[in-house]
Amino acid sequence: MKYVDEYRDPKIALAIAQRIKKKVTRPWVLMEVCGGQTHTLMRYGMEELLPAEVELVHGPGCPVCVTPLEMVDRAIRIASLPDVIFTSYGDMLRVPGSETDLLQVKANGGDVRIVYSPMDAVNLARANPDRRVAFFGVGFETTAPANAMAVWQAKRMGLNNFSMLVSHVLVPPAMRLILSSPSNRVQGFIGPGHVCTVMGYQEYDDLAREFHVPIVVGGFEPVDLLEAIFMLVAQLEEGRAEVENQYTRSVNYEGNLPAQRIMREVFEVADRKWRGIGSIAESGLRLREEYAPFDAERVFEIEGVSAEEPKECISAMVLQGLKKPVDCTAFGTRCTPMNPLGAPMVSTEGACAAYYQYRRHAHETVRISC
Amino acid sequence: MLGHGSGGRLSAELLRDVFLPLFSNPVLDRLDDQAIFDIGGARVAFTTDSFVVKPIFFPGGDIGSLAVHGTVNDLAMGGAKPLFLSAGFILEEGFPTEDLRRIAASMAHAAAAAGVAIVTGDTKVVEKGKGDGLFINTTGIGIVPEGVRLSASQARPGDRVILSGSIGNHGIAILAMREGLEFETEIVSDSAALHGLVEAMLAAASGVSDAIRCLRDPTRGGLSSTLNEIAEQSQVSIQIEETSIPVDDQVKGACELLGLDPLYVANEGKLVAIVAPEAADSILAAMRGNPLGGHAAVIGTVGGTVGKQRAGTVTMKSAFGSTRIVDLLAGDQLPRIC
Repeated sequence: MKYVDEYRDPKIALAIAQRIKKKVTRPWVLMEVCGGQTHTLMRYGMEELLPAEVELVHGPGCPVCVTPLEMVDRAIRIASLPDVIFTSYGDMLRVPGSETDLLQVKANGGDVRIVYSPMDAVNLARANPDRRVAFFGVGFETTAPANAMAVWQAKRMGLNNFSMLVSHVLVPPAMRLILSSPSNRVQGFIGPGHVCTVMGYQEYDDLAREFHVPIVVGGFEPVDLLEAIFMLVAQLEEGRAEVENQYTRSVNYEGNLPAQRIMREVFEVADRKWRGIGSIAESGLRLREEYAPFDAERVFEIEGVSAEEPKECISAMVLQGLKKPVDCTAFGTRCTPMNPLGAPMVSTEGACAAYYQYRRHAHETVRISC
Repeated sequence: MLGHGSGGRLSAELLRDVFLPLFSNPVLDRLDDQAIFDIGGARVAFTTDSFVVKPIFFPGGDIGSLAVHGTVNDLAMGGAKPLFLSAGFILEEGFPTEDLRRIAASMAHAAAAAGVAIVTGDTKVVEKGKGDGLFINTTGIGIVPEGVRLSASQARPGDRVILSGSIGNHGIAILAMREGLEFETEIVSDSAALHGLVEAMLAAASGVSDAIRCLRDPTRGGLSSTLNEIAEQSQVSIQIEETSIPVDDQVKGACELLGLDPLYVANEGKLVAIVAPEAADSILAAMRGNPLGGHAAVIGTVGGTVGKQRAGTVTMKSAFGSTRIVDLLAGDQLPRIC
């Protein structure tokens, strides 16, 4: 497959791994921001290719994982209403709320449907004028333009039975939080390739300068990630802290300007709660006042629904790269993909699920031997 | 509360926790795709399957042909020559007669092509809203030839794992149709009756006794579920090679787009064979000589339970030489956000 096979070519990958080995002289801690990047690292077992000096910690960029518990509870509340068709991307359905999840709501007779685009939800609203259709608008800057477009279209069509439960978050504020933490270990970032396809990478210049940390925007295939790691190691070894772009086939400096325009038209920056981490100032998006009739939180009057996170789950530490999934006492025992305590065990992009699915025996072996 | 079944871990647990303790007997406890027992000196294979596929018409087949192929294949995986089928229909009030006629014709065609006769049946109509259009159950009977003993509990360290062709075509064809996803070239289900292929394999293996240990068709839950079941039932480990598993470019592309792993996607015209190493070449050659096994390949080996190799686990070596676990899924594969 074009644009995929060449980026999974073992010869190219091993050659870059060799270059990393030659370049590195001391230990460095790098973070891949995106859940999709974490998934690739685990799926291909890429840590086995890297020299011991390079340690990867896994970042907060899994949209499912950072959606706060109370937002899942709100979704469940809406989805349980008899006149509602609740629509969502597939991987939100198994995320545990305080008491249940959306799949269980569906099993109990709730009309919960997987869609592949927010426009599918808008079309459902058009086709079912006697039902209220809500869409779970989750994700980072990557999914925000399409979600904004759906709300914009719904308004233009004059739909009064479509709304969006918005739980959008932004990457740069989360990176700032990680870098500002006194216990931060991250010395370089593999930037989020899809987010930067939309946003460009100009907004990362300040972070690199302020915290003297190199950031390399990276893609999602094995060769992309190895190349990004090489670029980071080179910067660190040479004492540079710049924003560079490895994912040039998709990302440019300014990003996708029409996508940014529609985002700004429909959304505004707001404080957002992150699962396990808590509220981060100006770290997300909400619908602008002009689009309030499409805001599911107002339509269904559920703003008061709140929830406590399970104490045993260390997902906040995992999402900030302070702990690895296997450091959790519940990992693989009380917390598995069948019975997840926290969201990182649910999504295939979640660090805990990726460890569980692909690598758990490797870690058991390591534990036994030490 | 039941979650939606799609092979994988949920179904396995349902079987273990609810049915097996109550129904337990030596024939059932083998947990193969078909029951095999003696009646009057003949070794009879017996199996049943229910079909609830949506949409009922899809590229490459429909619920009718699938109901024939599925049951014929369950018999074939026991090495049996399929002979007779039953057909039970649960229809929802209001189901179009024209569609039913089309489906029945497709079943008749599939049965004739497979050389089996539909010899008994049943029809029930349920109230509107109490069914989902049409469900079909088929039960099949076949005869197992002398000397053929296949079971998922017979895999031994050193055996080879053979796959009869590319994976994921059926599941992706259904998904694309159901969700209205369009691709440049239509992805067609691989639904097919496999007993002819099995016959060719048994003939090729006849020189070595018990050369074919086990046959399975990787339907619900895909290749990964099938391999995990075999590893579990035989108490062995299985190692497969990612680069040797055939996946069509169209299927690969659709999986990339949807964030799905072809290892977990359903097939309806493929089989996995665990064979003795000394017979692997001749069996593979026989498979490749059959239209349904043209792309057959050795995809891995059966391992023991020493060191990192654990009983009941399947691991896969990537093109990079790294190894990962191929696990059972918790439930349905869910398309990813981004």
